[in-house]
Amino acid sequence: MIVAADAGNILTWIVWVGAAFACLASGVAVVTFRNPFYSALALIGNLGSLAVLYLLLSAEFVAAAQVLVYAGAVMVMFLFVIAYIGHRFETPWAGGPTWQTVGAVAAAAAIFIEVVVAVGLKAGGRLSHSEKVDRAFGSPAEIGRLFLTDHLLAFEITSIVLLVAAIGGVILGSHSRAAEEVSA
Amino acid sequence: MLGPGVSWYLGIAAFLFGIGALGVLLRRNPLIVLLSLEIMLNGSNLALIAFSRQHGNGDGQIFALAVMAVAASEVVVGLGLIVSLNRKRLALDVDKLSTLRG
Repeated sequence: MIVAADAGNILTWIVWVGAAFACLASGVAVVTFRNPFYSALALIGNLGSLAVLYLLLSAEFVAAAQVLVYAGAVMVMFLFVIAYIGHRFETPWAGGPTWQTVGAVAAAAAIFIEVVVAVGLKAGGRLSHSEKVDRAFGSPAEIGRLFLTDHLLAFEITSIVLLVAAIGGVILGSHSRAAEEVSA
Repeated sequence: MLGPGVSWYLGIAAFLFGIGALGVLLRRNPLIVLLSLEIMLNGSNLALIAFSRQHGNGDGQIFALAVMAVAASEVVVGLGLIVSLNRKRLALDVDKLSTLRG
């Protein structure tokens, strides 16, 4: 029995290391690729490896929604827009690092270090053990129960947010088309 | 819980948030700025789900799903703006887009 638990533990660690490495590498790739098309493809890899991490945290429904909503719908929209706009590379960096570059790198590093230090100092000792969860945790039935009982207001407000975003998309599209006809 | 503890997941989340912030600050193509924003949101989502697992409470997953919906709406509006910019033949460079006048 103990041997089986150890084997499961090692297997979980192996899957975690693979998913975490893929996640970090694709995140760096999104920011560093010059072609937006490759950046979007790298983000799909990032979302997929994050879904694996969610599965390790027994959040099955969120992992499925991540793949369906993000990697399915949102990224297809991104790729369509990138294909519509066409290849437009950024102008290459002129000369050495500017104060903007240095400031951006310093700010991003400060955020990372601040989060790690704050979490490590405030909660370092309490993060090691986790609650036991039953099989229903993170299942679609449990998520649905929470959404329709405890978080009904958040559910309804989310639908309003999506509706407003859809209206905004339609208005942006029709407005620019009208401006194009005037200028033509 | 088998495998790594919550602090490992939080390290990944912090790194994702940092690299996304770097992209938002550094890149000038608005498409890549949007992609980096998605990375930041995903980093926070990972932290939410890790804490949800640690406390054995599903509320964090609900919050993560709400963040996902907000991210989808943000992408709709952002991509609409980028397509409008492209139709007006404006440069796709956030440093050159310094006025908000129509």
